Amino acid sequence: MNFLKTTTFLVAAALAAPLAAQQDGGRLDIVVQPEPPGLMLGLVQNGPTQMVAGDIYEGLLRYDTDLNPMPGLAESWTISDDGLTYTFKLHDGVKWHDGEDFTADDVVFSADVFLRETHARLRASLAYVDTITAIDPLTVEFKLKEPFGPFISVFETGTMPIVPKHLYEGTDYATNEANATPIGTGPFKFDKWEKGSFIHLVKNEDYYVEGLPHLDEVYYRVIPDAASRAVAFETGEVDVLPGGSVENWDVPRLTAMDGVCSTGKGWEFFAPHAWMWMNNREGPTANQKFRQAVMYALDRDFMKDVVWNGFGNVATGPVSSKTNFYSDDVTIYDHNPDKAKALLAEMGYDGEPVRVLPLPYGETWQRWAEAVRQNLAEVGINVEIDSTDVAGWNEKTANWDYDLAFTYLYQYGDPALGVSRNYTADRIKKGSPWNNVEGYENPELDAKWAKAATLVSADERTALYAEIQKEIVDDVPVAWLMELEFPTIYRCNIHDLVTTGIGVNDGPRNAWIEE
Amino acid sequence: MWKRFASNIGAMVGVVLLIAVIAIAIIAPMLYPGGPWQMVQRPFLVPFTMEAYPLGTDTLGRNVAAQLAYGAQVSLLVGLVSTLVALLIGVPLGAVAGFYGGLADEGAMRFTEFFQTIPNFALAIVLVAIFQPNLTSIILAIAIVSWPPVARLVRAEVMSVRKREFVDAATLAGLSKPRILITQVLPNTVSPIIVMASLMVATAILLESSLSFLGLGDPNAMSWGYMIGAARTVIRSAWWLSFFPGVAIIITVLALNLIGEGLNDALNPHLSRKGRA
Repeated sequence: MNFLKTTTFLVAAALAAPLAAQQDGGRLDIVVQPEPPGLMLGLVQNGPTQMVAGDIYEGLLRYDTDLNPMPGLAESWTISDDGLTYTFKLHDGVKWHDGEDFTADDVVFSADVFLRETHARLRASLAYVDTITAIDPLTVEFKLKEPFGPFISVFETGTMPIVPKHLYEGTDYATNEANATPIGTGPFKFDKWEKGSFIHLVKNEDYYVEGLPHLDEVYYRVIPDAASRAVAFETGEVDVLPGGSVENWDVPRLTAMDGVCSTGKGWEFFAPHAWMWMNNREGPTANQKFRQAVMYALDRDFMKDVVWNGFGNVATGPVSSKTNFYSDDVTIYDHNPDKAKALLAEMGYDGEPVRVLPLPYGETWQRWAEAVRQNLAEVGINVEIDSTDVAGWNEKTANWDYDLAFTYLYQYGDPALGVSRNYTADRIKKGSPWNNVEGYENPELDAKWAKAATLVSADERTALYAEIQKEIVDDVPVAWLMELEFPTIYRCNIHDLVTTGIGVNDGPRNAWIEE
Repeated sequence: MWKRFASNIGAMVGVVLLIAVIAIAIIAPMLYPGGPWQMVQRPFLVPFTMEAYPLGTDTLGRNVAAQLAYGAQVSLLVGLVSTLVALLIGVPLGAVAGFYGGLADEGAMRFTEFFQTIPNFALAIVLVAIFQPNLTSIILAIAIVSWPPVARLVRAEVMSVRKREFVDAATLAGLSKPRILITQVLPNTVSPIIVMASLMVATAILLESSLSFLGLGDPNAMSWGYMIGAARTVIRSAWWLSFFPGVAIIITVLALNLIGEGLNDALNPHLSRKGRA
């Protein structure tokens, strides 16, 4: 019934959209959770920062919900046949928020100097880049050392934000005063940040795309408690609840309200993928049979239906079905306790207890860990849940002090950007929770991952990634759980809020409110 | 003494309630052999709609009745053990301070005051957070914040008793000081300690519930505070998830308080309120 209602609204909205003229004006109140540590996107790239700063800073390209590149600061682009030269033609007449002209020099400075120093994830991709040159004030050329398949996917705002050279060149980036009042080229300008309360952005009157943005102002509201955020939406205090800002079991109640719409779109670029790291170095989890038993013991359909209220999909392997190069030709681990018990008997599991480290991100994750413990207990595995907070989770995973640990990571549109980093041996490094934390080593697969990244032909890449997925799924280095889906909840009179693969992050650019 | 206690209706109600709670805690594994974490039905089953699950199910479809029964075990365990530990710290310290006086008294009391100046609950949170939440650390934390009143009470009692004539008599009979303290003085301070202990069990149960509510409970032990904490986010759509454990806490704490009152009236008749026998 609720579902029907929502669908009706969506259909109505879809029909109405082309008819109604896009209206200018209005204010949007969006929840941001938690409060971002800073807004200088070149220095900080965590989720909340990307969401707010995605309106202030821009990348060369934007990506639609199928991850096809669209014009951003670059109006057009060409890739040479050998896959080595990327040439971008920039928009004419773009100005920084402080009135200075935006030119190709800013792009070269951002990519070649600033972000090389500050942006670890981009640095890995930039390692393939030989030179970045400004051919003329409106043309930039990236020359690669060798072909790098996913290179076209690195120009998104959060991955390669273009920062103002005239403010940052020759300064100490981390302590630059401009960080407090971020200057970008985006559709909204920074106005005010009341710590613990709100961040206020105002319309950029000089935005280079004719007619955009439609909104006058955007408030990002900081409300620390999930239940209070739901109430704020119900009372009309906020208009948009981005994915993950309320507990899952509140979602059906909120979307059943009159005039409320929701969408699962807008996360394709990130494709959050959840799994449990299993410590491949020691304890029962070092045994492949044990890891397979864990996969058979888990009732992942239950997790999807109950813990996540039906949102998302059960993951079949390391690559999300929402991104390119996904293959479903792999061993499927259904919920099969008997098989799990048989595997445990075969390996001679002696009842040695294993610890589960939940992700300290709220009730949903705690319940999830409890469901996992129950599933594992039912096949005879002794499980204890470790209690932890964010700092403790970071420390324990970074120092490999766990048996099973929940996590989820973004995929960034390409296995070479967001997937291989968790499985190749060169990414085993103590001290970071964002790499091959499970300690999986498979030299043969390492070679394939490396080769797949540098192939030019998409077909060849697809074939090779399919091969990798088939092999790694049998090895079970980690227990893949779910492709997460974070529904965005908003009022139906807000249109065109989620049109890209990064959703609300650059949503206000095109959004408009129907009066 | 027992007569006086038995004639107190409130105290008897308390005893009956407490016995009921203890009984439920003991037979929980027999009633629900699958344990409190087993997912048995669809989630958010409303109470009184299915006979097998009279109190409904929680966010994951776990039986609320089973959770309550197992929660009783944890609450009672924490209440009793932490009170025992608090007595083990507080009684000797108070006794030594009161009996020997002088430097020993000064030192012990300053030490006690040090703990008394820090708010109980805040200190308990800090201790549990430092030691990682599990049953042992929770019990220790509660004991550490609740022994100072015991020490002060025992000290006051010992100070009044040690001036009595039978203590002088014991000294003259050649008994050593420690022996006098243990065999002559302490037994005469037992009744106020018992009264206080019964109330401390109630306080400890409340403290444990508060800690679990804040997410500082043992994640592997089902407790009433945990149930309420987990239900907080769904309180508007699933009232029963916080209501039933809340009632369980009220009943248990009320029972202990009634018993405490009754013991007080029975053991210290001269202190009891007017009109009581």
